[in-house]
Amino acid sequence: MTGFFLSQIQGLDPLTSDEVLVAQNVFFALIALVMILAALKMVTTENIVHAALYLVIVLAGAAGMFILLGAEFVAVTQILVYIGAIIVLFLFGIMLTKGSFGTEEGELRERNRMAVLVAVLIVAVTSGSFIDSFRDAELNRQAPSTTADIGDSIFGQFIIPFEAISVLLLAALIGSVVIARRDQ
Amino acid sequence: MTVFNLAIELAYWQQTVIRSILGLVAVLLPAGTLVYLYLFKMMSFMQSRLGPMEAGPYGSLQLLAEVGKFLQKEDLFPRAADRVVFKAAPFVVLASTFLLVLVLPAGPDAWFINIDTGVFLALAVSSISVIGILMAGWGSASKYSLIGGLRAAGQLVAYELPLVLAVMGVVIQAGTLNVQEIVLAQANGEIFGWGGIGNPFLITQFLGFVIFLIAIQAELTQPPFDMPVAESEIVTGYLTEYTGMRFLLFFIGEFATAGIFSALAATFFLGGWYLPGLDPTSNLFNLIGPLVLVGKMLLVSFLIFWFRFTYPRFREDQLQQLAWKVLVPLSLVNIVATGVLKVAF
Repeated sequence: MTGFFLSQIQGLDPLTSDEVLVAQNVFFALIALVMILAALKMVTTENIVHAALYLVIVLAGAAGMFILLGAEFVAVTQILVYIGAIIVLFLFGIMLTKGSFGTEEGELRERNRMAVLVAVLIVAVTSGSFIDSFRDAELNRQAPSTTADIGDSIFGQFIIPFEAISVLLLAALIGSVVIARRDQ
Repeated sequence: MTVFNLAIELAYWQQTVIRSILGLVAVLLPAGTLVYLYLFKMMSFMQSRLGPMEAGPYGSLQLLAEVGKFLQKEDLFPRAADRVVFKAAPFVVLASTFLLVLVLPAGPDAWFINIDTGVFLALAVSSISVIGILMAGWGSASKYSLIGGLRAAGQLVAYELPLVLAVMGVVIQAGTLNVQEIVLAQANGEIFGWGGIGNPFLITQFLGFVIFLIAIQAELTQPPFDMPVAESEIVTGYLTEYTGMRFLLFFIGEFATAGIFSALAATFFLGGWYLPGLDPTSNLFNLIGPLVLVGKMLLVSFLIFWFRFTYPRFREDQLQQLAWKVLVPLSLVNIVATGVLKVAF
């Protein structure tokens, strides 16, 4: 699937803003629909492994969205980091600690009310700020950024934040090892 | 956007059909070749026996007989299994294989996709199969399957790191993540001013090649890295409850991935579809390129299967130690050395 999306993006000519991107809109609607359904199923299912697998669909949909926008590097990163690493760790953790094949009712239900509240707040705040700051701004579709551009800007303009994040992640890693190995 | 740069203009749906068929061929043909040539014949010869001899000349139709056998079997489910997850698992593994084949170029104009992030995409989609294996392990509702799935996930996550890091040396030397340009960099390269055979990265990135081979051996869960399917301990791990068609899908996935990983190794380190002595831009390579690539793939996969039939199984702690304490540091050293030399020369 990814391949066909990628080839479609590459085949497209630079577009002027008054043209309607039929293929992109159709795919956007399809992916968005799948993502919404999977996200709803993810929070309503009572089986925690199913929830993690629905999350895979949502994240794959996000990767598809990035490809539709011509940001293939971000899309591949999304697959590598979220689907290939984080979800695998989720599943690994669930199976290692739970090991039961059934569903767990009640356990999750207690926290539902708070979760709904937090979700509604997050949607309200983020959508509000997005609408407020981007109002009529148009996405520049002329020049999707290439991998080389991203590399140049990470190791040029953003070198200090990049290195700071590296140190932060290293600190988190060492911290987690220290907490996990309190056996002495 | 044509697969082969023919003079004929093809409609989008025609290209899509051709691409789908070629993708299917590119997945199934290596799988079948590897199973017959190495699993049936080479292993038999190494063990002083003949292997399958009855179906067709020298048993060459044995594969069709095996597929026919699997197709006739009943589609069984364990009673406690999570049916949807159990059913979907082999398809997730196969999807990873089919996405992986997309980045392989087989000639100057013979490719499925030619993107700037080719290497990155290959490494990213190869990690999707872990999810399929975990789904199989959990969905089977069997303790052997679950233990096998967990072992597989731990192993694949551990060996993904050296796999990615080993390729980084090639990427630094070629100066690109585009698979096609990596092939061209090797074809147009020179060894101290002599361009007779180009500059296959095998010479400068030999350490990377060795690490890559060990890592793909582990990614394929082949012996000596077959803890996830260790038959003397956990039956066949995450495959225990699978029969018939679904088992066949896992089997095809394993051997097709072996072929595609070998082809990737051939592309990164042995020059891919390029044959020394010819002009890399010539149209001839669109025809012989796929054959050259298959030839080099068979060479690399010969090594993989040779190790597979030679060495006994690693213990779980040895397996993890090899990944984290030997391969990851070595590949980091390789990256630093390559970077320094790249700047120096």
